[in-house]
Amino acid sequence: MDIAKVAQLAHLDLGEEELKVFGPQIAGIIDYVEQLNQLDTANVAPALGGLTPEGEQTDSSRGDEIRESLGQKTALAEAPDPAAGHFRVPKVL
Amino acid sequence: MSLKTVEQSITAAEDLNETLNAFLEIDRAGALERAAALENSGGLLAGVPVAVKDNICVRGLQASCGSRILGDYHPPYNATVIERLTAAGAVIIGKTNCDEFAMGSSNENSAFGPVRNPWNTTRVPGGSSGGSAAAVAAGVVPVALGSDTGGSVRQPASLCGVVGLKPTYGRNSRYGLVAFASSLDQVGIFARKVEDVARVLGVIAGRDPRDATTADVPVPDYAALLTRDLKGARLGFPRALFGEGLDREVGDAVKAVVDVYRDLGAEIVDVELPHAKYAIAVYYIIATAEASSNLARFDGVRYGFRAEDAPELRQMYRRTREEGFGAEVKRRIMLGTYVLSAGYYDAYYRKAQQVRTLIKNDFLSAFERCDAIITPTSPTAAFALGEKVDDPLAMYLNDIYTVTANLAGLPGISVPCGLSSERLPIGFQLLGPYWSEPTLFNLAHTYEQARPFTERPPVFAAP
Repeated sequence: MDIAKVAQLAHLDLGEEELKVFGPQIAGIIDYVEQLNQLDTANVAPALGGLTPEGEQTDSSRGDEIRESLGQKTALAEAPDPAAGHFRVPKVL
Repeated sequence: MSLKTVEQSITAAEDLNETLNAFLEIDRAGALERAAALENSGGLLAGVPVAVKDNICVRGLQASCGSRILGDYHPPYNATVIERLTAAGAVIIGKTNCDEFAMGSSNENSAFGPVRNPWNTTRVPGGSSGGSAAAVAAGVVPVALGSDTGGSVRQPASLCGVVGLKPTYGRNSRYGLVAFASSLDQVGIFARKVEDVARVLGVIAGRDPRDATTADVPVPDYAALLTRDLKGARLGFPRALFGEGLDREVGDAVKAVVDVYRDLGAEIVDVELPHAKYAIAVYYIIATAEASSNLARFDGVRYGFRAEDAPELRQMYRRTREEGFGAEVKRRIMLGTYVLSAGYYDAYYRKAQQVRTLIKNDFLSAFERCDAIITPTSPTAAFALGEKVDDPLAMYLNDIYTVTANLAGLPGISVPCGLSSERLPIGFQLLGPYWSEPTLFNLAHTYEQARPFTERPPVFAAP
């Protein structure tokens, strides 16, 4: 497993020290979870979520109606860098 | 009346916090104001002080999730469970410490220091809802809310000597609970008495249009269903789970509970859960996969912490997450990213979902022969602070008895059943079929009446 590559995919700027510690730890966990390969699951359907039969039958659709939302002011109130009604971020390129 | 109770509770929270570190925020002024406004009003929980885990949103209070990345975050809305609690008259007195984003079994992964166990302050309270468990155990509040993704309510309840419930998946709304692993997360309840847990579940449970996974299943009057009659009750005993890895004192204590149930009139039935031993492996694939996706939202743009000195967008994301998340959260995001990455998805994630089906089927067939299954909640009593911090896999194995309920969506309750030779609490767990909370409450309550757990920890609120 290329741990630096995984860190990049996960948007984590891991330092050398962390890579050194996490590498063997994650490898150990992967090694442990591979015990699942002892089981033949060729004919087993994967579980999809944790829903009960009643949960699956519950109709969660609703009418397409406008409802109250947070609004611009509240939505921006916790932003690290709000500007002119927007979320400002550093340059993209 | 309610004002005085709330005031005592706040004072106890403040007095004990230096010792326990159970609270991250105590809302003295706000709680007293709400309690005063409630004087002489009705409501099932009128004037009951409640502590809430810091990953459940309460408008006006912080919701750090035990993380630096949300250290100063104040959500602009209430979780549905909070709306329902306060509508019934409960008074939220503060937010409790927890493992960062509910990832941990010892509370040592909080960015704001570990919680200490009121029974012995050199021991962990369990996790991840350690602050809520400790606050109830120390008599600060009669009721607290936590969240349970793999045992995060039941395991700390066991280690702190209180009752802890993880309801059926879809029983409680997750709206306003900060997501860790959405197919496993449920809001759970701590109290010192089963009856109190039952009352609170009756208040917060039920369908919520804001959480599509809540099920349209009627909410009974749980407290009224505590009959204390166990005639005809069949309790499943999974003998194979009482072997390797289980502390002898804990095993003996839980087997003694089985004997009590037999004496109370329950029939004990042997059951097998052949795939239970794979539960930890399945859990740490599914939970980390879901977490890596859910935690992608923490990027320093809309709320929370943003790293400074990052002149380019992707650099800002990476530094924010690197500086904002602690070690365990990063480890799990990495693991989850890996098991979902191209070329590995089938080998890990799909495989885990298939074994999840096998685990679920084990329970469904066991429940054809019994009404509930008894296990220990945790393989050991509270371990020492620092003991397992450098060995993530050893820490994960603490959850061996609890993760199955989350994987299968079943309800589970942990009930205290005595103290170890070191005077640390031991708990047992009852697992039941979907929507069997009334059965679990009745079994737990009947045991509690027959063998009341009346011991108090050395750290306890002044009367």
